[in-house]
Amino acid sequence: MLQPHATPPSAIRNFCIIAHIDHGKSTLADRMLQITGIVDDRAMRAQYLDRMDIERERGITIKSQAVRMPWSVTRESGASDAYILNMIDTPGHVDFTYEVSRSLAACEGAVLLVDAAQGIEAQTLANLYLAMENDLTIIPVLNKIDLPAAQPEKYAEELAGLIGCEPEDCFRVSGKTGMGVEPLLDEIVRQVPPPVGDADAPARAMIFDSVYDTYRGVVTYVRVVDGNLNPRERIAMMSTKATHELLEIGVISPEPVPSKGLGVGEVGYLITGVKDVRQSRVGDTVTNAAKPAAQELGGYRDPKPMVFSGLYPIDGSDYPALRDALDKLKLNDAALVYEPETSAALGFGFRCGFLGLLHLEIVRERLEREFNLDLISTQPNVVYDVTMEDGKEIVVTNPSEFPGGKVADVREPVVRATILAPSEFIGAIMELCQGKRGTLRGMDYLSEERVEMRYTLPLAEIVFDFFDQLKSRTRGYASLDYEADGDQTADLVKVDILLQGEQVDAFSAIVHKDKAYAYGVAMAGKLKDLIPRQQFEVPIQAAIGARIIARENIRAIRKDVLAKCYGGDITRKRKLLEKQKEGKKRMKMVGRVEVPQEAFIAALSSDDTGAKAKK
Amino acid sequence: MPQLPDGEPVPTDGSLPATALDAMAANPFSAYLHVPFCRVRCGYCDFNTYTPGELGDAASVPNYVRAVEREIALAREVLTRGGRAMPPLTTVFVGGGTPTMLAAPMLAGLVGRLLEAFGTPGEHGRPIEITTEANPDSVTPEGLEILAQAGVSRISIGMQSAVPHVLATLDRTHDPTAVGRAVRWAKDAGLQVSLDLIYGTPGESLADWEHSLRTALEQEPDHVSAYALIVEDGTRLATQVRRGELPAPDPDDAADSYELADALLRASGLRWYEVSNWARSDTARCRHNLGYWTGGSWWGFGPGAHSHVGGVRWWNVKHPRAYADRLASGTTPAAAREILTPDEVYDETVLLGVRLADGLPIDALRPEGRGAVAALIADGLVQHEAALRDRRLVLSMRGRLLADAVVRRLVLGL
Ligand SMILES: Nc1nc2c(ncn2[C@@H]2O[C@H](COP(=O)(O)OP(=O)(O)OP(=O)(O)O)[C@@H](O)[C@H]2O)c(=O)[nH]1
Ligand SMILES: C[S@@+](CC[C@H](N)C(=O)[O-])C[C@H]1O[C@@H](n2cnc3c(N)ncnc32)[C@H](O)[C@@H]1O
Ligand code: SF4
Ligand SMILES: [Mg+2]
Repeated sequence: MLQPHATPPSAIRNFCIIAHIDHGKSTLADRMLQITGIVDDRAMRAQYLDRMDIERERGITIKSQAVRMPWSVTRESGASDAYILNMIDTPGHVDFTYEVSRSLAACEGAVLLVDAAQGIEAQTLANLYLAMENDLTIIPVLNKIDLPAAQPEKYAEELAGLIGCEPEDCFRVSGKTGMGVEPLLDEIVRQVPPPVGDADAPARAMIFDSVYDTYRGVVTYVRVVDGNLNPRERIAMMSTKATHELLEIGVISPEPVPSKGLGVGEVGYLITGVKDVRQSRVGDTVTNAAKPAAQELGGYRDPKPMVFSGLYPIDGSDYPALRDALDKLKLNDAALVYEPETSAALGFGFRCGFLGLLHLEIVRERLEREFNLDLISTQPNVVYDVTMEDGKEIVVTNPSEFPGGKVADVREPVVRATILAPSEFIGAIMELCQGKRGTLRGMDYLSEERVEMRYTLPLAEIVFDFFDQLKSRTRGYASLDYEADGDQTADLVKVDILLQGEQVDAFSAIVHKDKAYAYGVAMAGKLKDLIPRQQFEVPIQAAIGARIIARENIRAIRKDVLAKCYGGDITRKRKLLEKQKEGKKRMKMVGRVEVPQEAFIAALSSDDTGAKAKK
Repeated sequence: MPQLPDGEPVPTDGSLPATALDAMAANPFSAYLHVPFCRVRCGYCDFNTYTPGELGDAASVPNYVRAVEREIALAREVLTRGGRAMPPLTTVFVGGGTPTMLAAPMLAGLVGRLLEAFGTPGEHGRPIEITTEANPDSVTPEGLEILAQAGVSRISIGMQSAVPHVLATLDRTHDPTAVGRAVRWAKDAGLQVSLDLIYGTPGESLADWEHSLRTALEQEPDHVSAYALIVEDGTRLATQVRRGELPAPDPDDAADSYELADALLRASGLRWYEVSNWARSDTARCRHNLGYWTGGSWWGFGPGAHSHVGGVRWWNVKHPRAYADRLASGTTPAAAREILTPDEVYDETVLLGVRLADGLPIDALRPEGRGAVAALIADGLVQHEAALRDRRLVLSMRGRLLADAVVRRLVLGL
């Protein structure tokens, strides 16, 4: 078998599997792991590369995974040639497009997978375009041909039309049964070009991922472009000039296997024993400290966060632990951004930027699980650019910072959205998009009954419950993809929530003028039900500036005394008081109003924060 | 029935730390006797009580009496350890269940056993106050006479309501007219009379409640206890409320009822001295209960009874049979105990003292408590006058209705 460091680039093929969500990438990867013999039947489990609990529970891939697999191709003469395939399984959800684009940059080819019972969907297009931008060789593959509902003929036609090949060129496989996977591997060897690089030049390797491991410190994933990396060498990070000794170097196959080094075109991992997570930045170039390269590799474009939310520890003393956890998670999630912020209501926390609501939800869940934290996340929002009448510009990532007073212009981010659906739903989709302030930009028929609609929509309208509504109006048949597309002026206002006249920053929201009233009424009503009655009356108001748009009233509690107190009740009563002492920690004071932590959580986890953001 | 609290184990001989015995010696001592029998169980009641059907022969009345006698002997041993003298009894309270389920001579006998075992400080060698609880339909003139002869000085009658539909919801078996009769007989026997009332029963209107109050007052009782109905976990009432068969009591309605009660009782010459208790004069106050509320020491005899001696609280096993078995085998019937820390004593002092019309000395409060007083006055929960003049914290009408919240503010600074 070809060993790392001793594999000529001509014997290497680097490819990734890309597709719309759920079209079977990870399942196809499973078959490849088995057929190439690196995972035996006993060790096999479905979606082997979905290693995180959260991935397994939700049945979706969140992190790309690169795996080295041996493969040999038999020539007509009967002789066989050995190859190494580096395969990257990628996520399909739109929130993780950034993960896909980094994977693409480490490959020369892409398997574009299409579910033969579903056909082309929005992320099929989006990922295809990404692969084309990266000049990758694209191998079209129809998956799930074992399904009775599969229509390979029809979708081969669609797929061929899309990428400009013949329908016969589309491979037909079943990730479930393994049918067609061996010929596909042969075809990958045939079609995907081997990596090119200068073996004699100073080493250059691109960091495409990294992860913090409690035992081993930072583990960095690289693809070598030029030269080679060897154990015990000193390496340097080109952007920071920091140097480290290489304690371990190896490949993932599919568990980490230490190797004698990594050569041109190879994909593997590095361990330096460094615990400081900031030392290993995704997109940085690794070189040899003694013989450094002159020029960095082009890094990645940093993804722009689409939605922001405040993350606060429920127990204020966990703040340092939260900071540490974010630093570590960021290593493995380059798209996460955060900076400290304080909330009068919630204390110390972080304003975090995410690529979407699913991303938010995953980060929050990983922080809670992997770092044992209890968190509150505030109402998610998009970023606004506010221009004041005096020309001053303010970027608002937290609604409570939305300026009052002389605002000249507010701009909100918009996206270019692509919706694919059966043509019978055109009317329903148009109606929905209009209600969300969308503008139709164009419409194409992919086939007689399948249409691609392109819209410009405010990000704030699409990011929350849009997808659920789209699904329900199209009986689940529509798919959606979107990407940032600048901004537009919009008629937005900030709605504040006041308890007893005191503004609660965590509940402020920026909403379109037409929806402000509904938001105010809903939030005030919700708080009325969530906040327990106090010893005094508590008015709840929703306001735009000084104008009250909704109000509720929590009547003062009149009776809070247990009637009887016999000798046997004393211990019980005292213990209750002791329990309330504990509960006091979970109580936040807003002015004089005691708001239990639970009320904050419940009020902020509104149904439309997309708790069901899956897919 | 409420679960017993958690606590630490009690030595099998029931012995108490010497410090507790020393601490107790300085203060008056009382005895509580629990009689765990009722003819039927009322749907709202979670007291430790059993109907004849629930108890087998092994937990028969004679067995109960024998077990109580054994516990009295045990108390003697424990309290006189190290050559100490038995503390004289200032008050005795016989509660239930329904004490008058026991035949009067038998009940009188148990009271006599207690008086023999302890010394007594009052005139005629009797404690100052001996109370028994009674259900209106479980007394006879003869029985009351026997109890009075045995030294009982006070009777607390479970009237609850004068309105038939309210009594029915409460599962009470007595006829409203039974109360007047029982009060008359008790007075004839020379007993002080207290009436227990419950308000806030599902279906009770404010007018119903007013009628019950006026009916109670017509009997000219010396004392009235008025309790807001508590829906206790595990009771039939709780099940009915959970299933929606009965509406949960509304706390705002309860506040109206409380204010009405206080107004009517006061107009008839009864003044509050504890959140749920009113008395015609200072001497008509229940001394025994005041002991509970001011950190007094008492031994609680009987199944499930709670005791407090010099900073140690303990509680007996609940079932009459387990109780009798323990005593028969020579071990303490105590299930568990707690030795109060100074912080716990403080919390209890505040939570009990706040409920009293005599109030709490402000100077006995810790700094965070003293710091809360001004705001409590400003919020109208505490009487301004008493605070300024006597440096005592006494609840206002509003404060009485929010007493638990006041305690939280004093103790937790909330
Ligand atoms: N019948 C059949 N089902 C398949 C096949 N391939 C995948 N599936 C099923 O399709 C579902 C999605 O498969 P995954 O492999 O998790 O899809 P994915 O593309 O990796 O999904 P994401 O990572 O979330 O984008 C699973 O329920 C698989 O069992 C196939 O060839 N035939
Ligand atoms: C030990 S009980 C019973 C005395 C006697 N067996 C009777 O029922 O008349 C003493 C008093 O507690 C009150 N009480 C019992 N359960 C109650 C509840 N759930 N809520 C409010 N008061 C209650 C009743 O007023 C009752 O008279
Ligand atoms: S009679 Fe009294 S003690 Fe017995 S069940 Fe009814 S309320 Fe409870
Ligand atoms: Mg997957």
